[in-house]
Amino acid sequence: MEGLPVAVAIGLGAIGPGIGIGLIAAKAMEAIGRNPEAAPKIQTNMILGMAFAEAIAIYALVIALILKFV
Amino acid sequence: MDSLHVSISAETLFKIGPLAVTNSILSGSIVTFLLVALCVYFGSMKKQLAPRGFQNLLESILELLYNMTKDVAGDTKARLFFPMIATSFLYILLNNWSGLIPGNGTITIMKNENSEGHSSSLVPQAVAANETHGEVMEVINDEHSSETMMEEEAIDEEVGASEEERHIGKIPLFRAATADLNTTLALALISVFLTQYWGVRYLGLGYFKKFFNFTAGPIFTFVGILELVSEFAKIISFAFRLFGNVFAGEVLLVVIAALSPKFFPIIPLPFYGLEVFVGFIQALVFAMLSLVFINMATISHDEH
Repeated sequence: MEGLPVAVAIGLGAIGPGIGIGLIAAKAMEAIGRNPEAAPKIQTNMILGMAFAEAIAIYALVIALILKFV
Repeated sequence: MDSLHVSISAETLFKIGPLAVTNSILSGSIVTFLLVALCVYFGSMKKQLAPRGFQNLLESILELLYNMTKDVAGDTKARLFFPMIATSFLYILLNNWSGLIPGNGTITIMKNENSEGHSSSLVPQAVAANETHGEVMEVINDEHSSETMMEEEAIDEEVGASEEERHIGKIPLFRAATADLNTTLALALISVFLTQYWGVRYLGLGYFKKFFNFTAGPIFTFVGILELVSEFAKIISFAFRLFGNVFAGEVLLVVIAALSPKFFPIIPLPFYGLEVFVGFIQALVFAMLSLVFINMATISHDEH
């Protein structure tokens, strides 16, 4: 049971960013479908946006790691 | 899992007076030295009008960065912001990648914990992950019938090994500087303070009207408080985004290396590629975000 808070921290923390990254990817695919010529530009912006969404999951991961290892 | 040697903070190698020299300071200094040496070499190099080879490589990197700055800030401001943006990008990128060089984290030194780091003998040790792995293998070779039993035994053995390791006090000689919260916090502070500096330089004292606006009604007063809080939140989010990504990447690689079987060492390779990519993306994100925030600070509220 000692590992439970760690699992809960990263598990709950991954929900929001997961949805966010999914939305970003979905909208980017839609945009590329509408305008395939802009694909490189959309892709770079998509990856940047994903990095921001992912950062929130990383905060949760840092908390989980602190709980686990400190 | 506890057998994996993971330390959130950087470990002290030795002390110069009151200054504790940690392994991340060592790595960061080496990277800084290499970057400065590269700059000096490039500056003193005889340059050709039509660049080729090494000169071409460096010029194309700088041109890409300059165009990125120009796209966001416009031509005149780009000349001002470019040095800071390019420097932070290159410094963070090289530091992120320095953590991925094989030997980083696996080359350890012995440290006598009683003498508080005054006498640390520089004895290179074998790879820690491999050692624990060997022990797991040995335990599996023992005669236990059920698989769960074996796993439990293995975990017990690993915990024992970790305690022994801690007692001896092995610490890695190198650690990526951006995998240390101190470095990323310093970078975040530099970025945020420069944002204020350029804001004041472009807008004068009117820049602070963004934060303290009591004349335009209560709503703007409240918005000003929010702006003030978000300025401090920026420091934290800059610092933790970079630290978290790089540090989590290191932990990920260690965990995957420990999980994958010894005879099939190719398993961590895709994750290694991912970390190379993440290191690049995070450097880009830091530079881009700094650029956007600085640019936003230099635009007056009435203009847009």
